[in-house]
Amino acid sequence: MNSPHPLPRPTLTPASVSKVAPLLKAGGSEWADGLFRLAMMGCAVGIIAILGLIVYELVIRSQLSWHAFGFKFFIGQDWNPIEEQFGALPFVYGTIVSSILALLIAVPLSVGVAVFITEMCPVWLRAPISFFTELLAAIPSVIYGLWAIFVLVPILRTLVQPFLAKTLGWTGFFSGPPFGIGMLAAGVILAIMVVPIISSITREVLSVVPQQQREGVLALGATRWEMIRIGVLRNARAGIVGAIILGLGRALGETMAVTMVIGNRAEIAKSLFAPGYTMASVLANEFSEATGDVYLSALVEIGLALFLVTISVNALARVMVWSVTRGQPARSHV
Amino acid sequence: MSEVLTETRPMLKTIEIPPVSLRRRLIDRLMTVLAVATVVMVITPLVAIFGYLVYRGIGALNWAFLTQTPKPVGEAGGGMANAIVGSMFILGIGSLLGVPLGIGTGIYLSEFGRNRFGDAIRFVSDVLNGVPSIVIGIVAYGIVVLRQKHFSALAGGVALAIMMIPTIARTTEEMLLLVPRAIREAAYGLGIPRWRTTLSITLRTATSGVITGVMLAFARVAGETAPLLFTAFGNQFWNLRVDQPTAALPLQIFTYAISPFDEWHRQAWAGALVLIVLIVGAVSAVRIAVSRSALAGAK
Repeated sequence: MNSPHPLPRPTLTPASVSKVAPLLKAGGSEWADGLFRLAMMGCAVGIIAILGLIVYELVIRSQLSWHAFGFKFFIGQDWNPIEEQFGALPFVYGTIVSSILALLIAVPLSVGVAVFITEMCPVWLRAPISFFTELLAAIPSVIYGLWAIFVLVPILRTLVQPFLAKTLGWTGFFSGPPFGIGMLAAGVILAIMVVPIISSITREVLSVVPQQQREGVLALGATRWEMIRIGVLRNARAGIVGAIILGLGRALGETMAVTMVIGNRAEIAKSLFAPGYTMASVLANEFSEATGDVYLSALVEIGLALFLVTISVNALARVMVWSVTRGQPARSHV
Repeated sequence: MSEVLTETRPMLKTIEIPPVSLRRRLIDRLMTVLAVATVVMVITPLVAIFGYLVYRGIGALNWAFLTQTPKPVGEAGGGMANAIVGSMFILGIGSLLGVPLGIGTGIYLSEFGRNRFGDAIRFVSDVLNGVPSIVIGIVAYGIVVLRQKHFSALAGGVALAIMMIPTIARTTEEMLLLVPRAIREAAYGLGIPRWRTTLSITLRTATSGVITGVMLAFARVAGETAPLLFTAFGNQFWNLRVDQPTAALPLQIFTYAISPFDEWHRQAWAGALVLIVLIVGAVSAVRIAVSRSALAGAK
């Protein structure tokens, strides 16, 4: 960094130095420094306070539901606000299935993109391709949803779903009427949304694999692909898994796009064509209209569960990525 | 010497590099083709989304859209002017709350945080970064809406601020750490107190980086819908009061997108285009301004 700003030029002449010297003596600015440090520390403690507040709010406001249903809350399949019967299993199921579906589609794509950019791509193509994949991350979730409703869902309904039903219908995962809207649509749009995350972190992980590894494997007579498989991917395993888990964390908590295409029906169906519901979507749809304390409390409890799952998933992922990139400076967009 | 050479020559001849088998060469080719195919498959939806967005958005965009409030169902025309202004209003509140706290935390982490406590803060901010936005909406509902007894722009701002802080804190830290130690030491050598060094020298040197971080955070929350659903809530009319429900562009897009009316779908596309243009516009405007001032400063 060749200093973008010039430093204030010292205007101290020997005469003025002798004048200000007493002020500059050790201790002269100690209280100000202490105060500054304290203020900055206050900001830092503020972050911890915010996290504490989140946990506190979620725990306190979900007490009612916790006492009424206990652990059965997460096993019950019946979500009936009118009779105040709340079981969250359909939402848990929908969240897990849509996220896993998204990963199944996104992981091969993102790892492929990362391998292409770091190992195969001519240098001049690197920057544009990474820029474009990261541009995907800048599109707001609600715009993904909008596009999914008007473009993706019709394509699924008229082309993809009839094809899947014909070829793979016997498995039971692709049967039933092709609505377009449903679990499959949610999985596909989620996949498009997590690709930039997984591929950019995988790229970071691959780029810290030492160059000697590649040269060593090539010197043994390996082809380029063998070099990538043996010398690069195997070394970066833990980090790639970390990147995938980070993508999972994002997929689990994603709300708007999923809410717009998953169909929002609290049922557990084997077929991926059937509508479903996720934990985040039920919050988006019902929270502001929830009448009754138990209803609201049940929704907050879903929020608490979502919070706990995503932070554990994220913490695990961070540790795995860190185990590979440890000691390397963080590089983001090169 | 010559003896050695004649002795090694036959040995060299015996080394034969086995030809790479056809199978291995084919697998190598296949994998390269597959990798290129993944890139194409990832870029395609991006192009499709942007292309379709511009195509539908420009068709639906007109002067009324940018200057009028929504019309009731069934009436043609109307626009999202109140939502555009409302979004900026909520984002303004969010930035006002989030930016100072984020930068302060970043300063703490880079200047005082080389210890266990600093590591704890880093971990907490990474955790906070991973909290789903809808959960942050619930929390803002609990701490602001329930106390105020109604939905408000402030509640939306608080939710967005919570989402901005971790990003700003971590990028500020990274940028301040890039400032060479020698610059700080030079300032100490002149007898400038530490707090003054940090604010006027270190932070100033890193200004462009810090602002980039702030813009990243801004761009990330500008399109957020989930945390506004039950905080800012949305509004059909103009509102610039902190304690009243306020319209926001992403909320309006969501409501219109899931509605059954063609006219509203049309407006949702126009809204989406405006939202993207606002985000990209704000980010690039600040980037250009920052790089200009940095250049001017270097002269």
